[in-house]
Amino acid sequence: MNFVRRYLLPRLITYFLVIWVGITMIFFIPRFLPTDPVQQFINRLVAQGTYMDPKAIEEMTETLKELYGLKGSLWEQYINFWKRFLKGDFGPSYYQFPTPVIILIKQSLPWTAWLLLVTTLLSWIIGNILGGLAGYFSNRRWVKILDGIAMVIRPMPYYILALGLLILLAYIIPIFPIGGGFAIGMQFTFSWENLLILLKHAFLPALSLILIGVFIWFQAMKLVVQSVKSEDYVKYAKMGGIEEKRIVRRYVIRNAMLPQITGLALSLGQIFGGALITEIVFSYPGIGTLLYNAIFTGDYNLLMGVSTLSILLITTSILLIDLLYPLFDPRVRYR
Amino acid sequence: MQVLKDLLRDTRFRFGFIVFLVLAGLSVLSFFSPYNPYLWNQVPRDLPPQWPHILGTNSMGQDIFWKLTFAVRNSLIMSLIAGLVSRIIAMIVGMIAGYKGGTADRVLMFLSDSFLVIPLFIIIVLIATMVKARLSLPMLGLLLGVFGWAWDARVIRSQVLSLRERDFTYTALLSGSKALAIVFKEYLPFLIPLIFATLIGNMSWAIGMEITLAILGVSNLDIPTLGTMLQWSINYQALLLGYWWWVLTPVITSIFLFIALYLISVSISEYLDPRMRIQRIGQA
Repeated sequence: MNFVRRYLLPRLITYFLVIWVGITMIFFIPRFLPTDPVQQFINRLVAQGTYMDPKAIEEMTETLKELYGLKGSLWEQYINFWKRFLKGDFGPSYYQFPTPVIILIKQSLPWTAWLLLVTTLLSWIIGNILGGLAGYFSNRRWVKILDGIAMVIRPMPYYILALGLLILLAYIIPIFPIGGGFAIGMQFTFSWENLLILLKHAFLPALSLILIGVFIWFQAMKLVVQSVKSEDYVKYAKMGGIEEKRIVRRYVIRNAMLPQITGLALSLGQIFGGALITEIVFSYPGIGTLLYNAIFTGDYNLLMGVSTLSILLITTSILLIDLLYPLFDPRVRYR
Repeated sequence: MQVLKDLLRDTRFRFGFIVFLVLAGLSVLSFFSPYNPYLWNQVPRDLPPQWPHILGTNSMGQDIFWKLTFAVRNSLIMSLIAGLVSRIIAMIVGMIAGYKGGTADRVLMFLSDSFLVIPLFIIIVLIATMVKARLSLPMLGLLLGVFGWAWDARVIRSQVLSLRERDFTYTALLSGSKALAIVFKEYLPFLIPLIFATLIGNMSWAIGMEITLAILGVSNLDIPTLGTMLQWSINYQALLLGYWWWVLTPVITSIFLFIALYLISVSISEYLDPRMRIQRIGQA
């Protein structure tokens, strides 16, 4: 019971509070900005040369306000927004008009989810192993070389790294397709051949994400291991004659893992933001491309839908890690 | 000055510092530019690097070298605004949370946790999309500043927490100093190097954000910055047309700028952490 009251409950409360703060921000920010999505939509229609008499415009304004949840006082809108949100309804999208936002998201989600989940996990695993070893054997030559590479790749904006890879491996040495998630105009039916095409299209975006991810984890892990290495218990274990491999694996890396696990939760939650640039550079279908189109067409509902989803994703992954934490760290267990 | 001298002994800091000085010098040069960066068709188009256009010209008829000086200046100014604004917020939040503790601490840390957790990038894009054309450079800096403080507030808080346990705090309290006076008079000198290190990290984040926003086309593309320079060159298919000097100029400049800022901030934070300092001297 103590666990529930002192550990679980505060975390659950924070979880819901953070979701509330985030979604409230997403609700209020667009409403306090000096742009009117309904007016924008009508302006666009008029600019395209559609003639509309004033009465029709007025009717349309009303309908649009209704659709975008902009009717009534701010408070009423807020309540309505939550009611719709709890039903999983974000309204229709602008840019593919009658289609509900939630359906668009459902179509794009699998692409993003599999690409980013795989790359995030892979780079986390590779980066931690490399970083762990590098932190422990920090005076070896290969560590210095890796350190040098990390110093160049790590601060590079992801966009530039991705663009560089694309130029190198798709234009100059054309091994990989320039973009897309799948050969153009193909229907996906499962077969090994199709799977290969799918992998080929995913390779470059995956490579760019893994490359930058590995070095971020590498540096973090190396720093932590370096400081754990000089702790007393490691020295003691060494003096006690325990095999070095065992010390690294069982004592050092295990203890250094904790901040890395938290980091994993945070980066899992940032998936949508990360997807945006990747998917644009490599024209890969997914949430990022959807978001990009939403930005370009000023698709208010779609932006809100994706942001809300990403808040849910990040808070939930942090909550899960928080709840699993006592399994990894005995010090937290009986607090 | 002694600090600077110590820091300059580190090769990484020296490299970063020199590159940064060169880039800062470049931005000062913009005041002597013979061209107005906002006007098109001032020089022949699409020339490869040659005298007097040492970095060539672009398809809009602008000299790339002189355009670059404005771009670097604007990117640096914007990131400095973002960095300073977020530093002020981070300092206030971190110091109050660290010193007051209790409810104030819990509320402030909840706030900063929320900022860490919500997908800031998407929210910044959301805001930038909606004010797009009206987004001036200081406004962009302010926007990034308002969203970029959360992590650094935590860092400052933890530093204040450790300062609070030191003896001089008790001495000051017992001799009748006010809490705020202690925080600002006594703690600030300890915090300044830390604030400086996080400032540089934050500046580099803001420049990266600006580039990303420009690539997405949601910032004001009329203002010359590193991001908008890159965006225009991509927009005009410079790479496919073989105008490599147009694309590579902002790319290489920003890579150097990022590496320089990164090395400076790593070097300063290692300097601050004595344990790392010993390791460094041991290696040298």
